[in-house]
Amino acid sequence: MAAITMRLPVARKAAAPPSAPRGGEKHLVAPGDTITTDTGYMRGHGTYVEEEKLIASVAGAVERVNKLVCVKALKTRYNGEVGDIVVGRITEVQQKRWKVETNSRLDSVLLLSSMNLPGGELRRRSAEDELAMRDYLQEGDLISAEVQSVFSDGAVSLHTRSLKYGKLGQGVLVQVSPSLVKRQKTHFHDLPCGASVILGNNGFIWIYPTPEQKDEEAGGFTTNLEPVPLSDREVISRLRNCIVALVTQKLMLFDTSILYCYEASLPHQIKDILKPEVMEEIVLETRQRLLDLEG
Amino acid sequence: MASVVLSEAEKVYIVHGVQEDLRLDGRGCEDYRCAEVETEVVSNTSGSARVKLGHTDVLVGVKAEMGTPKLEKPDEGYLEFFVDCSANATPEFEGRGGEELGTEIANTLYGVFSSESSVDLKSLCINPREHCWVLYVDVLLLECGGNLFDAISIAVKAALFNTRIPKVRVLEDEEGFKEIELSDDPYDCIRLNVDNVPCIVTLSKIGYRHVVDATLQEAACSLASLLISVTSKGTLTSMKKVGKGSLDPESIFEMLETGKRVGKSLHVALQKTLDEEESLGTSRQKVGFLG
Repeated sequence: MAAITMRLPVARKAAAPPSAPRGGEKHLVAPGDTITTDTGYMRGHGTYVEEEKLIASVAGAVERVNKLVCVKALKTRYNGEVGDIVVGRITEVQQKRWKVETNSRLDSVLLLSSMNLPGGELRRRSAEDELAMRDYLQEGDLISAEVQSVFSDGAVSLHTRSLKYGKLGQGVLVQVSPSLVKRQKTHFHDLPCGASVILGNNGFIWIYPTPEQKDEEAGGFTTNLEPVPLSDREVISRLRNCIVALVTQKLMLFDTSILYCYEASLPHQIKDILKPEVMEEIVLETRQRLLDLEG
Repeated sequence: MASVVLSEAEKVYIVHGVQEDLRLDGRGCEDYRCAEVETEVVSNTSGSARVKLGHTDVLVGVKAEMGTPKLEKPDEGYLEFFVDCSANATPEFEGRGGEELGTEIANTLYGVFSSESSVDLKSLCINPREHCWVLYVDVLLLECGGNLFDAISIAVKAALFNTRIPKVRVLEDEEGFKEIELSDDPYDCIRLNVDNVPCIVTLSKIGYRHVVDATLQEAACSLASLLISVTSKGTLTSMKKVGKGSLDPESIFEMLETGKRVGKSLHVALQKTLDEEESLGTSRQKVGFLG
């Protein structure tokens, strides 16, 4: 039976300030706002000096570390840092390297030498490997990788030299702003609700069914195209909608917040989660539980 | 149309999901995304509407101007459609990239409204062979998030519902000179009857089943789609097939049945929302673009 909901738009209410102020008030600025007129500060990212005043060039919160003042923007492109986990999509196959799209200013690079060979062989890459590049990764494939280094122009060089990285199989990708992904020790989570999630630092969130056993032939060169059971699909769709709800309400994404949101959404049907009023209710409950956890 | 690149595994996941009637966001095959409709958003038009269907955002403005009737239909007014795919919608529309899609959508709209019963064109006539109302319907694509045709047709219907055409009187003096007098009262106007205006339903074939209101990801997995325009009574006024894949007659028949069913519910939901908005009258808080 078809279900069509049409409604009149509702003006967004000004968000109520959080009940418990954490660590003092945040100094929010818009582009052009003066941060300080004190000349003793060094300017960091997102600021510039004009007429002895420090002015913000992006919209965000001011962060101050001793004498360094920078502005951390809410919505930006991904700025790579060594050691970050990213989820990327192959855009080009070039000689000896792949170009990967990671929601940054420049395409990231995955060198053939930074890629694991099937079976975990350790040898110098030959001309045959170069010709067989397209057999490993094609345009459109998704990979999980770690940032190895950052070039001087800001482009990021990736590597998949570990068994947990490599080509991704069946699942759902959600694209969010990189600033909403909390930096944690591990970004690979096996959630107790029955699905696994990779929280890429670049804002690409990958939700996939938990594999039954860890494959020895890792790096995932052969993708499993078996149909995923309906119960797993429901969990994955619900997680996807919960993540979209959290992002719309601008809550930080990490395993606990996603899990609490999932549990709060269980009374509702999966497709109802995206309705504005249900979204607000679920995220409010999640926020409350997270505050209780902290306090 | 904007397109996303997907890996083989993602496509397989989507196709299997559609087989089991569970799409990526939990919808069934016949469910639409949550839609928001608002009329009277542009002040210098005779009627306007804005429709948000998921990530698709469409703005339609209708301007009523005086013109001469077409030679083959001297006692009717007519509609002119223009679709602007702005670069705001997606980077692919930069420069002249959106022109092809714009003309395709405009031609589809002409085809949908070509049926005589859709809009009562005779009511748009002022003086046969001399003066008539021409309704210029301008569609602006603000954001492209899949399922453009449906959103545009809903917005066009809402805008036509909202259109207010000033009442005119034709005065004839002794020499047979006809003079047109516009009514002084700005609220004295005629409304169009949109009961028979059709809405477009896009059915995309994915695997062995078909879905309604496909997102960009689902459109990337679908090889063929059927665009049908359905009136509120369930009558089909036009049909168009898009996509490079093929459809066999049985699946076309099934898709038509689904389309008619979904189209009727779509009209019911839209009419209910428009009536609700009308009943709020002047007390309605206008949201517009800065809400």
